[in-house]
Amino acid sequence: MTSTLSRRAFLTRSAVIGCSAAASPLLTPVSLAAAPWDMRLVVIILRGGMDGLDAVRPLGDPEFATWRPTLSTARDKQDPDLNGFFGLHPALASVHPLWQAGELSFVHAASTPYRVKRSHFDGQDLLEAGTISMAGVRDGWLNRTLQQVPGIEMRTAFALGRGDQKVLLGPAQVSDWVPGADMEISPQAIRLAERIMEDDPEFHAAFSEALMLSEEVDSPATGAPAYRSLRQDMSEISGKSAHVRISQYAADRLREETRVVSFSLNGWDTHNNQKRTLGPALNRLSTSILTLKDGLGPDIWQKTAIVAMTEFGRTVRQNGTGGTDHGTGGAMVLAGGAIRGGHVFGDWPGLEEADLYARRDLMPTTDVRAPAAWIIRAMTGLDRSTLERTVFPGLEMGADRGYLA
Amino acid sequence: MRFSPELAEKRFGCGLSPDVAAPADPDQMLAGLAGPDTMADSFPIEDFDTFRLRMIENAAVWKMMRKTRGTDEFAQHKKKRDLLNKQARFDKEEWYAQTLARWTRTQTGFRERLAAFWADHFTASGKQGLVRRATSPYVESAIRPHLAGKFEDLLIAAVTHPIMLMYLDQMQAMGPNSKAGLKSKRKRGLNENLACEVLELHTLGVDGGYTQEDVRQMAELLTGVTFSAKKGQYFSPDRAEPGKETVIGRAYGDEPPTMEPVYQALRDLAQHPDTARHIAWKLAVHFVADEPDAGMVAGMELRFLETGGDLPEVYAAMLDHPAAWDPVLHNVKPPFDFMASACRALAVDPGKLTDMRRGVRTSTLLAPMQLMGQTWQSPPGPDGWPEEDEAWITPQGVSARLRWAMIVPGNLRRDLPDPRDFVGQALGSDIPDAVRFAAMAAEHRMDGVGLVLASPAFQRR
Repeated sequence: MTSTLSRRAFLTRSAVIGCSAAASPLLTPVSLAAAPWDMRLVVIILRGGMDGLDAVRPLGDPEFATWRPTLSTARDKQDPDLNGFFGLHPALASVHPLWQAGELSFVHAASTPYRVKRSHFDGQDLLEAGTISMAGVRDGWLNRTLQQVPGIEMRTAFALGRGDQKVLLGPAQVSDWVPGADMEISPQAIRLAERIMEDDPEFHAAFSEALMLSEEVDSPATGAPAYRSLRQDMSEISGKSAHVRISQYAADRLREETRVVSFSLNGWDTHNNQKRTLGPALNRLSTSILTLKDGLGPDIWQKTAIVAMTEFGRTVRQNGTGGTDHGTGGAMVLAGGAIRGGHVFGDWPGLEEADLYARRDLMPTTDVRAPAAWIIRAMTGLDRSTLERTVFPGLEMGADRGYLA
Repeated sequence: MRFSPELAEKRFGCGLSPDVAAPADPDQMLAGLAGPDTMADSFPIEDFDTFRLRMIENAAVWKMMRKTRGTDEFAQHKKKRDLLNKQARFDKEEWYAQTLARWTRTQTGFRERLAAFWADHFTASGKQGLVRRATSPYVESAIRPHLAGKFEDLLIAAVTHPIMLMYLDQMQAMGPNSKAGLKSKRKRGLNENLACEVLELHTLGVDGGYTQEDVRQMAELLTGVTFSAKKGQYFSPDRAEPGKETVIGRAYGDEPPTMEPVYQALRDLAQHPDTARHIAWKLAVHFVADEPDAGMVAGMELRFLETGGDLPEVYAAMLDHPAAWDPVLHNVKPPFDFMASACRALAVDPGKLTDMRRGVRTSTLLAPMQLMGQTWQSPPGPDGWPEEDEAWITPQGVSARLRWAMIVPGNLRRDLPDPRDFVGQALGSDIPDAVRFAAMAAEHRMDGVGLVLASPAFQRR
């Protein structure tokens, strides 16, 4: 560990960047040893398209109730209020104290530059690439950030969990870690699985029985550990499952030399019965945030920015099965002591039909990349032109809305 | 119903690969079998003669343990034995990974499939201690070199192999009237296990024309066939029952006893019409459908008889028959084949499989395969793994396959393909609407890829 070199590197950089030095007043020798800056960034990719309108509900918009006759609009006094106009989904109640403490904000009507086809994969690719189109793109925006700053080491950045975290993919060095053998299957995936089995009577019969058996999982007759049922796997999601372990691991690393962490939360594709399906996903998100806060401890939490973003929002109008379909404008979640909390950022486009994108989706008014760019600027001191040309090519960062504390 | 490269790779190969071209015609499939075994070179598995050196060392260590029991020196020998065991246990898993790697990269998928088929037809494994890990070396030495030759050569190589002799209790057998048998204080004698399985499973089939008397006579004939770690398989005249033995109407036996009559009996069994029918039917069941087309089986059987059991000819008769190209996918892949073909479709880097840490290999591959109902190289009995699809399409099995498909591919490749492309890579041109939809509608890549792999269209072949 070359603490003197790193210290010099840090001091040089902090003299240039100023504003991030303010966010990181005191440094321990450990943090000096391996990291080029002191702020922590956690990027959570919400895969499947979070319904921003149900997570952060524009209850003050008179049109809202007409679009969502049964979803999102019940003004239960118990449901947490944000600012009189927006209210929180009850499954986010556990993070409401962070809002009150000034450590939680949202950006509403935010979206990537992705339009038209509303494919999860294309949407996620663009979200993680941080570009306007996928032509010629080979790396993710977090990796490009790392490529711009010297002093990146083995453990500076971590991609956590299974599968590809393309936002960190690229030539800059990134570590990865996968929690133990979890078996999580989202309700949406189970539905699709049923559908692909339907044409094959034998597979369908066996699969239906597996689902049925899973209803009786508590009975000792079927509860043999060798045959953990689907339901059991699904119920693990609300127990201490992958997202909790990943958040704990992330916090452990971020307390040490790690500065950037990214992981995914799945289960946002709520086409069906959203009343039942969105809550668990939001729970996972709030649990992840609280687990991070807990694990980081008060000092590091003060230097932490959590950014949760999704590939697109969902249709303004609820569909015929109590859910919502793929849309455009959505919501971002910003949390952590480094965030200026208590705000719903972004310009509200309104919900009149003429206000909507393609007369169906929330009109995006903020590019999701802009808040991310401002946060990266504060963290790394990278200049605006590098951010707008290299990290997020084609982005107009616009005015600083003051996302950071 | 005509040949198609896609169907050839699915049904007779290791599944579609985005990197490796499917065979252009049946001739290419057969030519591949005749050509060099490049996968064996690229992903080596220890041969049995090399494994035998471990057994020799192991025997020496055991001898020292017996000698030094109760002394300080004992612990050091025991430690050595434990080390030998541990190494073999690890290597068995390495060879599993090599097998998997062969499936992902081969250009002659038919060879890997035949190796698996014949290894199962001639199921054998060591029973205790070190030799329990020798199944892959057995397959490598006894099965793989013979799968594109005469059936009789394959039969002789497998049946007289040390691992088979151990597995079916031939090691303890001796003729009651042999020199050794007469001297034996514990009245050791015949063991019919091997003889019985040779007739029932390996050659004539359970419906074949043989009687219990044939089994007994075959067992007497087999006495003397034995094995030691130092010598390998050898014939012990002292243990052989003297005199002639009559198996299916033909008398065998030399005076003094030798191995030649055993070979002759096995050659005759290999040429028997019942064997031709049994093998033709079993190949057709394994490769095409649980209830195969009778005309196809008859054609294979005839070719078997005409050519004296020339296996490539029998395979050719199968591949030349239109029923082999029924576009409806019937058979369900057993768990290993399912997982291996998934690795192939995903173009998993073989190094990822072979260099995997042991704990990860267990949790991502070996343990899930067990949950699907198949424990690597531990079939329930000498009749091997079930061919019937119902054995695999159980609620537990289907659920375990789904879970594996949805989760593990992300461990095998961080950069999973776009499911909308992957659906074609894995299934070819014949994509059911529901699967195409699921690949598009899944909420992220892992789900999309998993649903494609979990689809019946991928799980059948």
